[in-house]
Amino acid sequence: MRTVIFRSIAPYLTSLMVLFSVFVLLRGHNEPGGGFIGGLIAASALAIYGIACGVAPVRRAIYFHPMAIAAFGLFMAAMAGVLSVFAGVPYMSGLWIYPQIFGAEVALSSVLVFDVGVYLVVVGAISSIALALEERDRD
Amino acid sequence: MSAAAPGATFIVLMLPFLAAVVAPWLTRRLGHNAAWLLALAPLAIFIHFLGFAAEVADGGIVTGGFQWVPSYNVSFSWLIDGLSLTFAILISGIGTLIILYSGGYLKGHAQLGRFFSFMLLFMGAMLGVVISDSFLMLFVYWELTSITSFLLIGFDHTREASRRAAVQALVVTGGGGLALLAGLLVIWNITGVTQLSLLLNYGDELRASPFYLLALFLVLGGAFSKSAQFPLHFWLPNAMEAPTPVSAYLHSATMVKAGVYLLMRLNPVLGETVWWETILPVFGGATLIVGTLLAIRQTDLKLMLAYTTVSSLGLLVMLTGFGSEHAVAAAVLYLVAHSLFKGGLFMVAGLIDHEAGTRDVTRLGGLRKAMPVTFFAAIAAAISMAGLPPFFGFLAKEEIYYALWATDIWSLAFVAVAVIGNGLMFVIGFAVAIKPFLGPAVKTPKAAHEGPVLLWLGPLTLSLAALAAALVSPLTHRFISSPMASAVAGAPEEVTISLIPHMGPALILSIVTVIFGIIAYRMLDRLRAGMASLLAAIGWGPDRGFDQFVSGLVRLSVSLTRILQPGRLDIYMTVTFLMIAAALIGPMAWYGEWPAVPVWPDDVQFHELVVIAIGVIGLLAVLYARDRLIAIVSLGVQGFAVALIFMLFGAPDLSFTQFMVETLAVVILALVMTRLKLHASDHRPTLQKLFDMSVSLACGIGFTLYLIAVTQQPFNTALSEFFAAYSKVVAHGTNVVNVILVDFRGTDTLGEIAVVMVAGLAILALIRIRTPRARVADNDPDGIAVADQTAEAR
Repeated sequence: MRTVIFRSIAPYLTSLMVLFSVFVLLRGHNEPGGGFIGGLIAASALAIYGIACGVAPVRRAIYFHPMAIAAFGLFMAAMAGVLSVFAGVPYMSGLWIYPQIFGAEVALSSVLVFDVGVYLVVVGAISSIALALEERDRD
Repeated sequence: MSAAAPGATFIVLMLPFLAAVVAPWLTRRLGHNAAWLLALAPLAIFIHFLGFAAEVADGGIVTGGFQWVPSYNVSFSWLIDGLSLTFAILISGIGTLIILYSGGYLKGHAQLGRFFSFMLLFMGAMLGVVISDSFLMLFVYWELTSITSFLLIGFDHTREASRRAAVQALVVTGGGGLALLAGLLVIWNITGVTQLSLLLNYGDELRASPFYLLALFLVLGGAFSKSAQFPLHFWLPNAMEAPTPVSAYLHSATMVKAGVYLLMRLNPVLGETVWWETILPVFGGATLIVGTLLAIRQTDLKLMLAYTTVSSLGLLVMLTGFGSEHAVAAAVLYLVAHSLFKGGLFMVAGLIDHEAGTRDVTRLGGLRKAMPVTFFAAIAAAISMAGLPPFFGFLAKEEIYYALWATDIWSLAFVAVAVIGNGLMFVIGFAVAIKPFLGPAVKTPKAAHEGPVLLWLGPLTLSLAALAAALVSPLTHRFISSPMASAVAGAPEEVTISLIPHMGPALILSIVTVIFGIIAYRMLDRLRAGMASLLAAIGWGPDRGFDQFVSGLVRLSVSLTRILQPGRLDIYMTVTFLMIAAALIGPMAWYGEWPAVPVWPDDVQFHELVVIAIGVIGLLAVLYARDRLIAIVSLGVQGFAVALIFMLFGAPDLSFTQFMVETLAVVILALVMTRLKLHASDHRPTLQKLFDMSVSLACGIGFTLYLIAVTQQPFNTALSEFFAAYSKVVAHGTNVVNVILVDFRGTDTLGEIAVVMVAGLAILALIRIRTPRARVADNDPDGIAVADQTAEAR
């Protein structure tokens, strides 16, 4: 699998896929996409990088342990629901704010935070499995 | 008075728990003298509950509390009447003395703070049991007493015997607690009330219910296990592995009486039936006799007392269920008397052990000069236990005979049981209180001398209390006995017995008991030898039975695990797919709801046919693939075809996800397959292949039929319309699928991603296991034990 062409292209492909996954995540509320699909794309991106260049560079690149990323995502998703406590509405009610950033109105919501949490859980869990499986060669 | 304020009672109920929190800290600061400060907590509780005495004596019932889970009609509420008040006073009063005693007994022990903490926790739990009005609260506190008892029995956790005793007590009493919960739920379902105070009005309804027996047996399961009734008595003597303050407090004065409390509490509603008045006296009487006979056998002071505690509990159960007018009064008097003298005697036993270094009655003697105060306390307690005047035990015993005496066979049998039981308890009482003190001085492991005030204060106070309670019996009856007897009987009742003996059958029976006791005392050594050889001849007891039960359970679970988890992946897969096929086809065959043969639609486009053809080609490629890797990739082709179909029929999100899942599935499956080091090609025998093929065909056909059946049902559009209408308006999103996932059904998604996370962790753990394959394959606990040893050796 570790052909020169694959190894040369893999980093660019991975970067593009991760970028695309974030795009898919963010557009998810109105267009096809969302945290789950975005997470799957990012996980496959990391899997490709791992197959092409080995697991160690991937682990270095994502810095945190993939399971830690997943756990943080789960925590984030749960906390997104807790936010509604401060608004005095039931758990998991969507909350929206529309701040002006550089003159453009940006819709931010607890729902978005939740979706990012879903994204991180999927990326973390899937890539941790994939990376652990790819590590076979080393031992 | 202010004690009636609900807030104060709530604080008092929480006070032991607060004291338990600060106990370790205080003990680090003050050492064993922390006992003086910690004893203030139970003392405050004692005083608080004394404040209710006047109101309760006049027939008042104090209830209070607040809503806990209103939707289930569960409240945190308490009920203070004669029964619970007497228990609360005993628990807090004896508790005060026990905390002080613990300070002296475990002076200098490294874990003294922890011990105080456990004791106070138990005290809070036990108070909760007797004060609870709501069923659920009663159950929670009930199990909490089992748990704290477990902690205290296992306090000396480095010894195997105490660990075993702790687990045994927890299994028996905790299991009984579960039966109690079920019983309370049944009662709740019959009557519709969740509070003991309201239950009193539903006695007739309960007794007439077809589920009365079920409720009765379940409640008795709880009460008999907690109060150590034969044949569940074995855990109580084993619980003597605990330090002596625990034995004195939990396993004689309070916790083991929880079962009796429950029976007394439910007597007005469950009692007065043939079942109640047969089961309770028979089991109670059997426990009484078995307990005293086993007590005769023992030479350890604590074990002698433990077995007489078993028999006293039997006597209490017998009286509670006897049903005659005076039996309730007798039970009440005996309960109070027993708490006073047995708590005191246990503390004396601990004191002797502490000062002389042994509890073996055959190695003790002549301590009266060295320990005069202890001797006095012991004699006083033993006189009360023997039922001699002028102590409270005398009143109790007179009332017992008065209650039991009648000339029919049934009553005479129980009179005989009571005389034998009381006579043998007379023997044990004096064997504990006299043997170590009188006679020639015997050399003991430690040079005995009088213990510190912390140690003798408790037994002395209890003995004097038993004396005082008898001397001012009209006062005792007014504030303690009569209100409690009224609560147990469910109707006003007056206890009048006093120290002045009346000529009659009761007095004659008392004299018979004393004569029998004196004769038996003189023959004690011979009786002991006789019992020892008898028990050796029987050879089996419930204690051994418990071990056999536990090891049988372990063996059962091992063999069951071997069947359910053989460790072969192909068996798991086959079973899973067979179940899927059965679940899909079974109901359709059972109800004859086969779907109609679908009609081929007219408007099938060419490109749709092409996509279907790609899927079929993928499947054929799987079947004809030369090695596994090609098969996996071919399966991916079929998956992509399905994703395309989703796309064509307007589900972009689904299609998108399907593409990603298929891709990742192929990658991960390929990685797993290379890791498993399997043969590249399939080499199953033909028969196996045929079988696997049938299973997969059954699954496939099942799914196909199921989907056809589902799509032939009329489609309910209510949900799609709702989401289409509100997705944008309420949740500010136009992608309905995503809005459902993250907003409308966000909590579902949270659960799902938690599952993804946990599954990831589990898979990671599986991949990381670095053990030889042989042991993973068969779940042999011995193999793991061997591996652990080798790991330690390394």
